[in-house]
Amino acid sequence: MALSFMEGNEALARGAIAAGCNFFAGYPITPATTIFNNMLSMLPPKGGICIQGEDEIASMGYCIGASMAGKKVLTATSGPGISLYSEQLSFAIGSEIPLVIADVQRLGPSTGSATRGADSDIQFLRWGSTSGVPVIVLVPKDALDCYVLAVHAFNYAEEFRCPVFIASNKEIGMTRESFDLDSITLPPIVERKLFSGDTYLPFEAKPNEAPPFLPIGGKTIVRQTSSTHGPDGYITIDPEVIAQNQARLRKKIHSAQKRITLFEENIKKNSDTLIISYGVTSRAVEDACKTLESRGNPVSTLNLKTLWPVPEDLLMERGLAFKRIIVIEMNLGQYVNEIRRVLCDKNVEFYGQMDGVLISPAKIMEVIENE
Amino acid sequence: MNSYLNKTRPLVYCPGCTHEKITKGLDKAFDHLKLPANKTVIVTDIGCSGLFDTFFNVHALHGIHGRALTYASGLKLANPELNVIVTMGDGGLGIGGAHVLASCRRNLDITLIILNNFNFGMTGGQYSATTPTDAIVGSEFLNHAEIPIDICAVAKSAGATYIAKCSGHDADLAKKIAGAIEHKGFSIIETLGMCTGRYTKRNQLTPKTLDQMITDLPKRSGVIEKNQRPEYGERYRALAKERTTFPEAVTIEKKITLQGYQRQEVVILGSAGMRIVTAGDIVCYAGLCAGMNVSMKNDYNITVLRGQSVSEILISPEKIGYTGIESPTIVLALSDEGVQRRKKIFATLKPDTFVLKEKSVTIPETSAEVVEIDFKELKIKKQDWALASLGIMAQKGKAINKETLNHALKTRFNEKLYRIAMETIEKMTSASS
Repeated sequence: MALSFMEGNEALARGAIAAGCNFFAGYPITPATTIFNNMLSMLPPKGGICIQGEDEIASMGYCIGASMAGKKVLTATSGPGISLYSEQLSFAIGSEIPLVIADVQRLGPSTGSATRGADSDIQFLRWGSTSGVPVIVLVPKDALDCYVLAVHAFNYAEEFRCPVFIASNKEIGMTRESFDLDSITLPPIVERKLFSGDTYLPFEAKPNEAPPFLPIGGKTIVRQTSSTHGPDGYITIDPEVIAQNQARLRKKIHSAQKRITLFEENIKKNSDTLIISYGVTSRAVEDACKTLESRGNPVSTLNLKTLWPVPEDLLMERGLAFKRIIVIEMNLGQYVNEIRRVLCDKNVEFYGQMDGVLISPAKIMEVIENE
Repeated sequence: MNSYLNKTRPLVYCPGCTHEKITKGLDKAFDHLKLPANKTVIVTDIGCSGLFDTFFNVHALHGIHGRALTYASGLKLANPELNVIVTMGDGGLGIGGAHVLASCRRNLDITLIILNNFNFGMTGGQYSATTPTDAIVGSEFLNHAEIPIDICAVAKSAGATYIAKCSGHDADLAKKIAGAIEHKGFSIIETLGMCTGRYTKRNQLTPKTLDQMITDLPKRSGVIEKNQRPEYGERYRALAKERTTFPEAVTIEKKITLQGYQRQEVVILGSAGMRIVTAGDIVCYAGLCAGMNVSMKNDYNITVLRGQSVSEILISPEKIGYTGIESPTIVLALSDEGVQRRKKIFATLKPDTFVLKEKSVTIPETSAEVVEIDFKELKIKKQDWALASLGIMAQKGKAINKETLNHALKTRFNEKLYRIAMETIEKMTSASS
């Protein structure tokens, strides 16, 4: 047996390469910089392109341009960079431009703490663009997840033609750890569906799907626009056309909610308590529950790896059986609001911490035992 | 003439607007150069110049205000065969200034047509980065307190390889645009024009006064000799091509079997320059070559040559969940700064925790077993203290042993560094035995 040893950021970069990523543009920011460093050493030998933008806005613009030319693109930043990406993200969301964005979260608000972790951006990633169109947000718990979820992220970005976020955390991105790279089975690689008919209308699509793609620079003339457009890619003010497109942007993601739901669970017989967590916090939750079980107090866990779209079906199904539900987050309560919305007839308890350090298993046990 | 204009989408500019002249000039330039439509893309900014893409039968990308050059750069890098033309007004020039400067410095083969009509036409004639100080525009008095920018002068100092400036009513406009497109590298052509919907309503501006402005300003007619250099894309690809080795992941085979190994939590407290991170790495490698799971977190200042350097390592036969330090089994106290950074842990240490303390370092009270060592006395340089401490750990069988340490050093270092490291280690193992 041989174990690989790398930080989450390197694992994420390796996952992106495995997914076929061939373009990266970014701007250095702690704690995401090493994704950029890794892509810069990995892409050129593979014939890919890696550049440093003059700022985050530009980096995202390069990614949008390259994606429209048919590249599979990645960028990486932290909270302050997501702020700057925002207007470009709205463009990519509304105009269906595939992108994968790694957000190695740090403690905010604003400049905050460059080297302190927190799950600061969980609602920001979902709502940090104009118009409220859904996005996909995946969240890793460790380096191995960074590797695997990067592939899922690219697959979803290609299929749904939308930005997909990997909401990592300083505590994963900059922690080096061992895992067995050879034991991983990656999902099959999904490529962008290309248009194959006669007359190409760049935004003509089935009601629940993204439109088929053709690259700018290919044989067929392609139009892309950030303005409200009809199927032909020209501005429209026709309310029916606008409404149809707005509905489709939502439906293409929401109708696939079940399929996009990634999670781990550890359901214990005879337990009446379910701990719901995500990201690095779920590791401490697992440790805490292992100890509690050895003390004769079995507690079940649900670790979400897809946060957006909210895995409503899963939450309903799993939540039903439990008397007590506790949500634990490395912030002061962001995702718990979604869980309370879905499990509205349950009393959902919450513990959150935002002080630059990991929530410890001891603290989690205290929360569980303190009924 | 073979027109690239889309017959189903007639021009919609205000009567007399110079944009119409420039649209037609660009069409003629395309025809003159016989650019293949499917190898040509117009990237447009926001404002009236942002309408350009809708009039042409070429690829088009219309994006966010000020950012047109960023999409253009992504397209050109991804597909070097594309002819990339950007249209941007004086508004986009102001808001996207950083991208204009970066494009000048970079010299990617893109043509930027600046449609300077001295105001924001679309939003009500507000002042822009190019509005003359004495102009009367829709911003009350605000422009009277500022001066306009000469983008051509700025572009020259930013390294642009091609700069042209002309009136949008210039009889040779098409030829001048074609010249800019033909240039291999980043080319700017600034056109001066009339916004009849807003600007010329309150300011005297005619094709004749535009000509006068061109005459009065420094002449900009193309190639800037002093800035000539290879096109960015070609340069980039040449440099990238030299990078042929893909960095494989660090993967460490299990070579050594340890019996009854218990989870270890190692904290190394030192300072910048003491090679704390390297020592931490070696501890991890030692664990990995025994098939253990490991995790490692480092904490050092952003000013990397000063301040604390702390490494926290977990080694466990079990899969590692929580990566925080809960109950250290080993603490190496190698500098006061490092100790200060984690001073709270000392009170929590258990009696069986192994603390190795350099003689000069002060540590808070603790119930742990403290071994003091005088590295200075042993003539070991500060930069080797962490490494030397690993020798002591191995000698005492704390988290690592001689075999795993030796293996880790061999894997982590090249032959020469390995030998030097082993000298330090052997010095320690004989001193502490």
